[in-house]
Amino acid sequence: MSNRQELNRNLAQMLKGGVIMDVTTPEQAKIAEAAGACAVMALERIPADIRAAGGVSRMSDPAMIKGIQNAVSIPVMAKCRIGHIAEARILEAIEIDYIDESEVLSPADDTRHIDKTKFDVPFVCGARDLGEALRRIGEGATMIRTKGEPGTGDVVQAVRHMRKMQSEIRRVVSLREDELYEAAKELAAPLDLVKYVHANGKLPVVNFAAGGVATPADAALMMELGAEGVFVGSGIFKSGDPAKRAAAIVQAVTNWQDSKLLAKLSENLGPAMVGINAEEIETIMEERGK
Amino acid sequence: MKVGVLSVQGAFAEMEAYWRGKGAEVFEIRQPADLDHGMDLLALPGGESTVQGKLLKDLGLFAPLKQAIDGGLPVFATCAGLILLAERIDDPGRHGDETRPERWFGSLPVAVRRNAYGRQLGSFTTVGNFDGRSGMTMTFIRAPAITAVLSPEIETLSTFNGAPTAVRWRNITAFTWHPELAPPTGAATAKMV
Repeated sequence: MSNRQELNRNLAQMLKGGVIMDVTTPEQAKIAEAAGACAVMALERIPADIRAAGGVSRMSDPAMIKGIQNAVSIPVMAKCRIGHIAEARILEAIEIDYIDESEVLSPADDTRHIDKTKFDVPFVCGARDLGEALRRIGEGATMIRTKGEPGTGDVVQAVRHMRKMQSEIRRVVSLREDELYEAAKELAAPLDLVKYVHANGKLPVVNFAAGGVATPADAALMMELGAEGVFVGSGIFKSGDPAKRAAAIVQAVTNWQDSKLLAKLSENLGPAMVGINAEEIETIMEERGK
Repeated sequence: MKVGVLSVQGAFAEMEAYWRGKGAEVFEIRQPADLDHGMDLLALPGGESTVQGKLLKDLGLFAPLKQAIDGGLPVFATCAGLILLAERIDDPGRHGDETRPERWFGSLPVAVRRNAYGRQLGSFTTVGNFDGRSGMTMTFIRAPAITAVLSPEIETLSTFNGAPTAVRWRNITAFTWHPELAPPTGAATAKMV
């Protein structure tokens, strides 16, 4: 593994125990930073609005991303389309801190992801299970997040993906060493990474939860299930009182085991994003990029 | 030795492993009740200083920890931890913005600049001397820089391009880099505090 990959894994380690928030303007970025976001995801439209608008969804305007970079001191992430090497190069050129090769945008390549080992800038990718996570890490992702189902406010898919990933990790740990070759075949994942999971009982990179987290309780649930931090997309700026909700979710991630505090944090937050049930939606983003 | 690791956000697990590796008994500090454990050393890990600083205040940890630090409790701080301790934060163009406090504990007489080497593409490792020992691998992640030393009592333990990157002052040892991320072999061990 190159030194650059190691440094990029290290940055994800610094984000742990934190909340990464979707923002569309410098003003929102400042609200997020003041509320305790450990990083922001700069994008023109949050997933809920991407769903509402329909059509092809692409990388955001670099000028808009730069405006957010200038507004905050925390890391700034941005999304490129799955397989869109040129969008990723553009984001690297404006010195983004992390690229999210994301199923939230319309895929540019329906079978291949970007060879992320060819970049200096770090990548986070979505995954629904252990095989997907290890394939992305094999391609050079230095951080993983569950896909969930973005823009729904429905946490059910994030829960499904995190539970599946964790139970598959436990299964790999339980195998005999001579069974790992078959496991790698079943998972369609690189053997050396399967061996790493067997030896260490975890992914070799940081693993956050994403897709449908809307409340402090949702965030605490994902931490309970093994997430090392959470992404909150539409959940904050589609709610009644974004600053208050954002701050409450940040505290919930730190003290997810303290139910009395969670009760207090959940009080009087105003309306959560309305949300749509994951089974009512037409565009299934989690199916993009396997 | 009993080490309390501030665990509100960031690389606290790495800091815990680092101190366990030295044989310390380690506990996490997430809220004021955790301070009842009592500690011989407070460890402030890397992470995002704005997040950690806000959580310290929101969770009621700021006042008791400041009192302990200023009362002489040994402190070991890396990266964001150093920023929390600094007497002055010298980010260009940030003054007067109330969402960015100009300091938190303010207990260590240095001025720091956040993200002094640029964004993530500016993160790097280097090998250098630390506290009289050579060949130390030093990892800088979106690291701050110490831009000024505000007391003659400050002892410089490592430098990069002539500027201090680790300092000792009374009860505080603080790094702009991450000793807790160094590979276990040849890592900065014993006698660090």
